Amino acid sequence: MNDFDYLRATALDEASTLAKTPGTMFLAGGTTLIDLAKCGVERPGTLVDITRLPDLSAVTVDEAGATIGALATMSRVAVDAAVTERYPAVSEALLLAASAQLRNMATIGGNLMQRTRCAYFRDPAGYPACNKRMPGSGCSALENVTRDHAILGTSDQCIALYPGDLSVALTALGATVRTTSREIPIARFFVEPGDRPDRETVLERGEIVTAVHVPASAAAANSTYLKVRDRQSYEFAAASAAVGLELEEDGRTIRDIRVALGGVATVPWRAEAVEAALRGRRLGETTIREASRAAVEGARSWYANGYKIELACRVVARAIMEVGGIK
Amino acid sequence: MSLTDSPAKYGSVAGSETASGPLGRAALRGDGSLKVRGAATYALEQPVEGVLHCVLVQSTIGAGRVAAIDRSAAEAAPGVRLVLDAGNSLTLAPMPDFFGNTPPGDSYVPFAREISFNGELIAAVVADTLEQARAAAALLEVTYEEARSVPTFSDPRAGEGRAVDAMTKEWGEPDAAFAEAPVRIEATYETPREYNLPIEPHGLIVHFEADDRLTIYEPTQWVDGTARNYAGWFGLSFDAVRIVSPFIGGGFGSKAQGLPHSAAAAIAAKMLGRPVKLAVTRPQTFTAYGGRPATRQTLRLGAAADGRLLALDHDAASETSVTGTFTETLGIVTKMMYAVPNLSSRQNVVPVNTVLPGPFRAPGKNPSAFAFECAVDELAVELGMDPVDLRRVNEPDHDFETGKPWSSRRLLKCYDVAGEAFGWAGRNPAPRSMREGRQLIGWGMAVGTHPVYAAPGEATVRLLANGSVEVSSSAIDMGTGTYTILAQTAADVLGVPVEKVTVRLGDSRLGRAPVAGGSQLANLMTAAVHKTALAARDELVTLGLTDPNSPLRDQANTLTVADGRIGASRGGAISVGELLAATGRDHLEVTRDTLPEADRTPEERQRMFSTLAGRGALPDLPVSRHSFCAHFIEVRVDEDFGTIRVSRVVTAFDAGRLYNPKLAESQFKGGIVMGIGMALLEEGVTDPRNGRILSSNLADYRIATNADVPEITTISVGEPDYDATPLGGKAVGELSIVGVAPAIANAVYHATGRRVRSLPIKLDDLL
Repeated sequence: MNDFDYLRATALDEASTLAKTPGTMFLAGGTTLIDLAKCGVERPGTLVDITRLPDLSAVTVDEAGATIGALATMSRVAVDAAVTERYPAVSEALLLAASAQLRNMATIGGNLMQRTRCAYFRDPAGYPACNKRMPGSGCSALENVTRDHAILGTSDQCIALYPGDLSVALTALGATVRTTSREIPIARFFVEPGDRPDRETVLERGEIVTAVHVPASAAAANSTYLKVRDRQSYEFAAASAAVGLELEEDGRTIRDIRVALGGVATVPWRAEAVEAALRGRRLGETTIREASRAAVEGARSWYANGYKIELACRVVARAIMEVGGIK
Repeated sequence: MSLTDSPAKYGSVAGSETASGPLGRAALRGDGSLKVRGAATYALEQPVEGVLHCVLVQSTIGAGRVAAIDRSAAEAAPGVRLVLDAGNSLTLAPMPDFFGNTPPGDSYVPFAREISFNGELIAAVVADTLEQARAAAALLEVTYEEARSVPTFSDPRAGEGRAVDAMTKEWGEPDAAFAEAPVRIEATYETPREYNLPIEPHGLIVHFEADDRLTIYEPTQWVDGTARNYAGWFGLSFDAVRIVSPFIGGGFGSKAQGLPHSAAAAIAAKMLGRPVKLAVTRPQTFTAYGGRPATRQTLRLGAAADGRLLALDHDAASETSVTGTFTETLGIVTKMMYAVPNLSSRQNVVPVNTVLPGPFRAPGKNPSAFAFECAVDELAVELGMDPVDLRRVNEPDHDFETGKPWSSRRLLKCYDVAGEAFGWAGRNPAPRSMREGRQLIGWGMAVGTHPVYAAPGEATVRLLANGSVEVSSSAIDMGTGTYTILAQTAADVLGVPVEKVTVRLGDSRLGRAPVAGGSQLANLMTAAVHKTALAARDELVTLGLTDPNSPLRDQANTLTVADGRIGASRGGAISVGELLAATGRDHLEVTRDTLPEADRTPEERQRMFSTLAGRGALPDLPVSRHSFCAHFIEVRVDEDFGTIRVSRVVTAFDAGRLYNPKLAESQFKGGIVMGIGMALLEEGVTDPRNGRILSSNLADYRIATNADVPEITTISVGEPDYDATPLGGKAVGELSIVGVAPAIANAVYHATGRRVRSLPIKLDDLL
């Protein structure tokens, strides 16, 4: 780890201004940044500590929705009573992520910004070529060991997986990311790698995530996050799904459904095709399983991750069945 | 009271409060409170004044050579004292490892010029602070001439390797017997590279107090072997090197050798004349020493229709490095577990571009049992027999490999007790026949075993005037309980409460002890302390009876020592302290070893403890000595996802007498937890292009978490086995990991009908 300057911001605009200098990064919980600095991936010249910024850690839940401050810790949001009751997918996604120690440190804003676990990305000493670290330098993952790489949203420049859980739930529930300058629908917040894998979100230099807003809905209140992995804790998803479901008054017909996938794509992946295939249909295992095939439209496997295509469909189907009460 | 009176213990391992003396009771760990409070000082926490910090630089190619290292930028960086590589390093005398591998040539430098694996040590940087050393290490400009590497034995270019003659064994007529056998199976099983990942990473502080005298604070499973290694490297006498290792945060076999990083830190300390501290980072540990090599085993079993084994053919291979030989002894369980009249077993080692593999909890035994116990399960399916019944039919009345009778073998009792506790009788043998909702339930079982190894040990016992007792030895405690059981042993002999006994370990200035490996230390050190404490008691009695100033002089033919007092059976007793004071002493000290009686030079004695020569010093016994266990395991497999959850484990153990059932249970459970990781999670993932380890951290190299560990029931059916060891114990520490992976694989087959023969079994194997 190299020497860096450490500054503590006391106001948002101050932090924004400081961060306009190249080589400056924000420090909140530090669970991603310090890890990547140790790996040699991040070499910040200046860290701007934003953890003392006022008014960024509140969790407010009202009729319109939940507003979660960017500095609220994962562990605190996960057990918030209103979040748990009205946005269970959010709470579950948080509780199934990382470890208790990490959740105690990590913030909601930082969680959105967490970076891929691609082993080649994380090892610059061993793999100088990485288009995410240095566009144009090449990709060390292609044609190699890729069991944990993406099948959706990939490009021939980068197949690195977005590893997070919370953003998958937020994507399903149509959340908005609030920053120092604007409100960004989460579906437009993350950027697929294309030919610029280094650019992962639409945030501009100096722009700070201040909160996440999740709109209230019946589907959000009847939602779940299903995470599948070999290890029962402290492992990223092999595939995951966040699903929210609202039924008609007959208790059988789907009025509204929201589906997003994790563990399979370069960004949190909304499965609108699955939603469209099920809206207005009657709940039933066969219907759900058939519709869930649409979750992997356009998927492409790379060497060792083909299993994710089938797994993703099954995870989506089971998550829908769970919120639909089908045992 | 005699130690041999201790009753056999059945039922739960814990709560055995039936022992007649302190030894055999479920005493709390003596070091437990220190560790929980953070008061136990580990090697890198030792307060050594003025330490410099050393960091390692490892190669990023898998084969080839270092063309040049430009040290200038690093040398100019703030705080840097020394940048070391093959070009400027002090040279050491080469020392052989456990396995007889000695670096080539007349001198040894721990920094490679010729690269034989990715992650090999090539340089080190020493600076005033750790941060400075790290920053400077990143400034080294290394130029390589890369050659094509053969990273794993799955690479076709690795070839078949070379045969290990010592692993070739044949009896009967295996080919003919197999050809004629009415029921036959043949299958190939694979295990990946697995890594010893103790929670305390490797590291050390080296302090040369003078040119010819040094102290090293380093976690080691073998203080005396380690001292000998440093002495050899630097051409010093054994006594000139002091190794201090009172606490060790786990080793699992990896902390017993002289490793390159240790040499690097020692060279830096010598060259700079300052104490040097080095901590191997977690990613570096994956190549700073070797773990369990990848293995491949093909088994052919032939049986009669009633299940009797007629023939066994075992063809095995394991990886080794291109520079040395490590043999993961894969035939070890195959040859002794069942009654097999016709057997052929052989093994190749296949050199590849890897760090030299090394011992990892139950080396050989563990992967050997995986292949064999899966194959036996496959045979049971082929025969339509219950797998326990098949094993009962093949229970051997003696060891077919050595021809010797067993010292004890209570495996049938293990089947009875664990099978009943598990409810095995209720098993529907058909695969996919048991389910709960969308979870398929599978029940599997397998057997584990571990040999009883023996070596001599040495201990010192001091009786103090205040009635307390001190026990000391260079033996170590890596969290397994040595402190505790040695206190129990001394307390038992000397008739004092355990709390009155202080145990000092892990310092080469204390009495000699062999390696804490092969699950031998508990048996040999309790024996050494027992012998020494008896001698101390005898000396005390002699003192009481014969010293002119003894108040007990001529009172009786003998005296009894109990509760800190000494006296005649009829007549008054006085405290041990009073006797010592009356005879003009403040203590009585006795040192004894358990070497066979012989006149020995000091050098020869030292060799017995600081090399593996000690094992050869003991007489060959007419019995075959092994511990045994039977694991019964339930798994739940999600039908959609293929995720496997171990939901229940019941294991019965025959490990002889347990010196402390609570600590033995911890070892048993720890091994089972590790076995769960081996079966379902652990896998060293290697880049097939350049041999780089892609899972070199604890997020990507997955070991079992608490959430992966179900309720585990351990049951001891052991009885004291005085043919196995002096105090009746058998092997404990490594036993329980053996057989867990096959029991889980067999349960997965029962749940799903899918036979997965390659570990770890992952969800994509079952989709």
